[in-house]
Amino acid sequence: MQFGVFSVSDITPDPTTGRTPTEAERLQAVLRIAEKTEEVGLDVFALGEHHNPPFFSSSPTTTLAWIAARTQRLQLSTATTLITTNDPVKIAEDYAMLQHLAGGRVDLTLGRGNTGPVYPWFGQDIRQGIPLAIENYALLRRLWDSDVVDWEGRFRTPLQGFTSTPRPLDGVPPFVWHGSIRSPEIAEQAAYYGDGFFHNHIFWPADHTRRMVDFYRRRFEHYGHGDADRAIVGLGGQVFMRKNSQDAIREFRPYFDEAPVYGHGPSLEDFARETPLTVGSPQQVIDRTLGFREYVGDYQRQLFLVDHAGLPLKTVLEQLDILGEDVVPVLRREFAARKPAHVPDAPTHASLVAARDEALSQQTQQTQQEVTV
Amino acid sequence: MTRTLAVVSAGLSVPSSTRLLADRLTDATVTALAERGVEVRPEVVELREHARDLADHLVTGFPNAALRPVLDTVAGADALIAVTPIFSASYSGLFKTFVDVLDREALTGTPVLLGATAGSARHQLALDHALRPLFAYLHATVVPTGVFAAAEDWGASGASRELGDRITRAAGELADLVAGRSPTGRATDPFADPTPFEALLRGEA
Repeated sequence: MQFGVFSVSDITPDPTTGRTPTEAERLQAVLRIAEKTEEVGLDVFALGEHHNPPFFSSSPTTTLAWIAARTQRLQLSTATTLITTNDPVKIAEDYAMLQHLAGGRVDLTLGRGNTGPVYPWFGQDIRQGIPLAIENYALLRRLWDSDVVDWEGRFRTPLQGFTSTPRPLDGVPPFVWHGSIRSPEIAEQAAYYGDGFFHNHIFWPADHTRRMVDFYRRRFEHYGHGDADRAIVGLGGQVFMRKNSQDAIREFRPYFDEAPVYGHGPSLEDFARETPLTVGSPQQVIDRTLGFREYVGDYQRQLFLVDHAGLPLKTVLEQLDILGEDVVPVLRREFAARKPAHVPDAPTHASLVAARDEALSQQTQQTQQEVTV
Repeated sequence: MTRTLAVVSAGLSVPSSTRLLADRLTDATVTALAERGVEVRPEVVELREHARDLADHLVTGFPNAALRPVLDTVAGADALIAVTPIFSASYSGLFKTFVDVLDREALTGTPVLLGATAGSARHQLALDHALRPLFAYLHATVVPTGVFAAAEDWGASGASRELGDRITRAAGELADLVAGRSPTGRATDPFADPTPFEALLRGEA
């Protein structure tokens, strides 16, 4: 199982000091956080894409390429890549570039984006969000899976004899996760292609995540990719930890109360009860996180949100230390002990290349047998 | 099969004349349905008890554990009685917040009886120029008689009898609609009946 963190790249004032970091400071902080993610022994760093303040991350592949050059093992991903407002041609190119630069340590999570005004800035319309996600991804798959593409659709100019460059590393495109908080169509899309499904698992109650993942698993099986419990599931999650749980609550409360998405609404205690938010001791985070598999089944990737809402860099790095030292080693052991052998791990470039080679050699054997007969 | 009658009251004081009107409308509807051979179970929702839950829903985008069953009750009901005080020439903010967090399809085709209360009869057109368009937007089937009760309707003997007549007429209209329909059994699970991906690919969303 993979463990990591994801950052949405918000630039939020620290409510305890009233100070807003500059874009330059936040950008440098996120780079440091990514390096630290590898240093403390976590597996994945995922970065969001936004095209409006108060966010800075308009070009995740640029940032991830820098991180790739400074790390050895870290898997790089997104949270999320906008499949609606980006030209799928540019996604095919950018992520294939990144894949080469990072030696294959790349996957991506596709999302629609929920900010209405962003769509027209890129010539699109949020009311077409689902059709855009469906058509653009169908094209993205073609661009990665076929060397030469003729294509015509509703949302972009046609392509004749187009080859997206560079071709995916070793002829194997990056693994794709589809992220959605509430749209059955996106879970359906993930299931149809046999891709991964990622649920943000921060803003909504666990029971909603359970129903959505269960739907994806059923449809994954329906489309013939294997039993439902072999589907590839990733979850978000939000934690804040101190050795003493009361210290964690006291320190995190002002950040929670002012947080951009849910601040000025429910109390921290209410929100922690209603959603997967865990504010407390490392042991509490371990217990809560192990409980996730009871409602989504054995899953492949757990990403935590620790960098947001104006938390200072120093605090975020401390959170990563706690994750790396006290939490993730226990989670690795306990999840591994519970996972049945037939449940696959999250795909990596190496596993995808191996799977492709095996499929090819089976094909070759079959052809040889047919020739012999 | 027993039908469900959701009753939403947006009164703020305890006791409130809004709840009083909601109760009168409920009793009259239960009686009118019984006369038509239909058994009905009223489920009363006091919005005041969910004022904070509703504000939280606006901020977080999801109903908390206390609010979820309430939204399910209203969405799954065979009929709705909705009563609000009139504030500043329209339904109250609490009432509108509740309507705002309902699923867009929650009241499609649902028979609805509208009621409103205010201190003075000068507010009574709010029923028709504020509440009725709101429920038209929701595609609810609103009965022709809306019931407005001003302060004087609860006292003066003539006015009070007129209020009773209006309640009886409105309840009869609602009962006719409910009795003429089969029970809803509305599907509320968005994952129960997916659009197959081949259809989505063809642009049939």
